[in-house]
Amino acid sequence: MSKFKKKKSGDLPAISTASLPDIVFMLLFFFMVATVMRENELSVENNLPLAGEVEKLSDKNKVAFIYIGKPNEKMQKQFGTNDVVQLGDKISSVKQVQDYVNTKRNKMNEDEKDEFLVSLKVDRNSKVGILTDVKQELRDAYALKVNYTSKEGNSMKNIKK
Amino acid sequence: MAKRNAPEVNAGSMADIAFLLLIFFLVTTTIETDTGILRKLSKPNDTPAVSIPERNIYQVIVTSDNQIMVEGSPMEIEDITTSAIAFLDNGGGSGNKTCNYCQGERNPESSDNPDKAVISLVSDRQTDYKTYLTVTDQLIKAYNHLRDREALRLFNTSYKALKLERQNWPQNDLNSPEFLELKRKIELVEDLFPGKLSEAEPVKIE
Repeated sequence: MSKFKKKKSGDLPAISTASLPDIVFMLLFFFMVATVMRENELSVENNLPLAGEVEKLSDKNKVAFIYIGKPNEKMQKQFGTNDVVQLGDKISSVKQVQDYVNTKRNKMNEDEKDEFLVSLKVDRNSKVGILTDVKQELRDAYALKVNYTSKEGNSMKNIKK
Repeated sequence: MAKRNAPEVNAGSMADIAFLLLIFFLVTTTIETDTGILRKLSKPNDTPAVSIPERNIYQVIVTSDNQIMVEGSPMEIEDITTSAIAFLDNGGGSGNKTCNYCQGERNPESSDNPDKAVISLVSDRQTDYKTYLTVTDQLIKAYNHLRDREALRLFNTSYKALKLERQNWPQNDLNSPEFLELKRKIELVEDLFPGKLSEAEPVKIE
């Protein structure tokens, strides 16, 4: 009988926190591996829409990024609130798209040039008009492979309020 | 002399250090999206040389107030995939235009075969990008649905699985017969339902 009584004795045992560092490290490593440092600082709003039929982007070295959206709060004084194009780090005009794409493409190896791809990161609330102008420039620059970068998900959610 | 033990290092603050690092990474990093819809633009000054009969064109118009018009009548975006599948899979042609793998209604008023069928997407300049992308996504879904079906019938695996296999193929093994076979399979399925989704210049729609 005394065996059972012993267990009932008094205080709660302290919960061991010895494994806490391990748990935190695990989280830490997850975030370190899963995150990619942003290459360009964004000057435009860039809330990407969802799409279901997505494919993964190939090697980052073969991709040129073009951002389209409203200038963010810091930039609105200078650029207004209409949709603009951001190439690299700064907001540019649509006419500079060709130059930008050609510069990027010329840095690539000759045998990889036909794998060159343009990733269009367009804010979900932008208008199609400016995107069309950019696409026309891309066609003129013979950068024909484009990618409408979007998060994976059900695209019907884009238009539901 | 008493045996001296090395003093134990106090690891109590380890958690704090790790937390600090963790919070730093949480705050500084944003997970960048690296997925998207792949499309190919047409070449500059590429005008359609031959006129396409009306029955082979599936006209989708996205208006400036984000409404969808299909073949002249309004439609909900939810229904556009089913409707596009019915159009692509119709197989109404006869003679050398017969489509022997189509499972559609074979309506002579609709497309002859998937090779002839063209989906034309026209959007207004004032259309919202999210609506435009949703419509594009739903139309590509129609193509992929049909390709999945054909891949399942011919190779007992889905088109999506084939594409994934191609993507994950080791880079140093791109000339092996297995890879060429895989590529051949994908091309075969794509030939059955070529993605003829044309985007004309957005126009002002009255």
